Amino acid sequence: MSFLEITRATLAKDIRLEWRSKDAINAMLFFALLVVVIFSFAFDPTAEESRRIAGGLIWVAFLFAAVVALNQTWARELRNQVLDAYRVSPAPANPLFLAKAFGNFIFVSVLEAVMTPLFVAFYKLRVLGPAWELIPIALLGTWALVINGTFFAAISLRTRSREIMLPLLLFPISIPALLGMVNATTAVLTGEESARFWIALLMAYDVVFTTASLLMFELVLEAE
Amino acid sequence: MKRGFTLLALVTALLLSFALYEALIAAPTEQTMGNVQRIFYYHVPSAWTAFVLFLINFVSSIVYLIRRNPKADILALVSAEVGVVFCTVVIVTGPIWARPVWGIWWAPGDIRLTTTLVLWLIYISYLVLRRFSTSGRTPVIAAVVAIFGALDVPLVYFSIWFFRTQHPSPVIGGGGSLDPRMARVLLINWAAFMCLAWLLSWTRYELEVAKRQVEEAQALESLLEGSR
Repeated sequence: MSFLEITRATLAKDIRLEWRSKDAINAMLFFALLVVVIFSFAFDPTAEESRRIAGGLIWVAFLFAAVVALNQTWARELRNQVLDAYRVSPAPANPLFLAKAFGNFIFVSVLEAVMTPLFVAFYKLRVLGPAWELIPIALLGTWALVINGTFFAAISLRTRSREIMLPLLLFPISIPALLGMVNATTAVLTGEESARFWIALLMAYDVVFTTASLLMFELVLEAE
Repeated sequence: MKRGFTLLALVTALLLSFALYEALIAAPTEQTMGNVQRIFYYHVPSAWTAFVLFLINFVSSIVYLIRRNPKADILALVSAEVGVVFCTVVIVTGPIWARPVWGIWWAPGDIRLTTTLVLWLIYISYLVLRRFSTSGRTPVIAAVVAIFGALDVPLVYFSIWFFRTQHPSPVIGGGGSLDPRMARVLLINWAAFMCLAWLLSWTRYELEVAKRQVEEAQALESLLEGSR
């Protein structure tokens, strides 16, 4: 099987599993909904204020919710020793990693598509800057979260209390990406400054960590 | 080896006492900040020492992945641990100085502050991972995480650099035009701190080697007992 075929097969399997069980997506959606509701109680902003803080709130909610999905990425493969079977098969490691990353990317994107209208309603948001820029920001930001998230989920697989290990590893490394997403979103919402630099930063982050993950995933898969 | 260690310990003790005298008594008092400025002689050398140790951690992690030499792994672990200690000194002394001088404990947009803080967080998560890992291949995983952390540093730096140029905030006055006498005291303190870091790392290194030998011996013993 070629690289692409393995990626496609693994991705199709993960999406089918998720479609039938809806474990990750339901947990994520409900979790993000709770965060939005609690934030809206904690802060009761005016339209002007909410434009300034919404970028931060929305990405923090997505980050927390994404961890729920990321934690399940590999745990699923531990049951019935699927991962061990994969390791002894002649298939290379990277297609498996890419398929998992794409899967998480799709799940988190679905979450964002559902939650964003809710955010807009709860926080009375009206975009003052070029709204189309939010699409590249969302795509690049989501990829930044899931590429490292998928990688660190594999790393935390064989640790004590792995559910808590993932955020401990992921959050410090993700600080520049979060800064990029939050500031880019705020720049577009307020329309006061250009989001160009932050988009470029997100691109650099994505390129650096996608390359690093692909170079080192095999080590992690063997080691785990 | 024993003699080398004693010698290093002696040199460190002497240098540290001399540096203490130089920093607190011999160095000229700064004009506007007064005596508070003397914390600078502890703050800056600790930061430099921590950065050197983190660099050692990065290099030995790469060496471990290439050569699979357990010594490189121990060196990576030790340099991260001692580096976190020195970095903690930096993060604690910084606000103590900033409160009387800037009027605030912490400037969230400042590039050096924030980069150091993120660095500190990354290496603590590295140490937590090492502590929590249950697989026999902890060194490989730790080395991979160390490399990820090091890759993150330039990105953190650039993101905050841009952040700050957007929102100006009080900037540290160090560097620039430093009185040569102050620069001398600073370098003496740095030498003393580097010696201390070396001494601590050496002790910790030997301890880790001994710990691993004991673990191996215990594993062997239980294996022999099981086969009997």
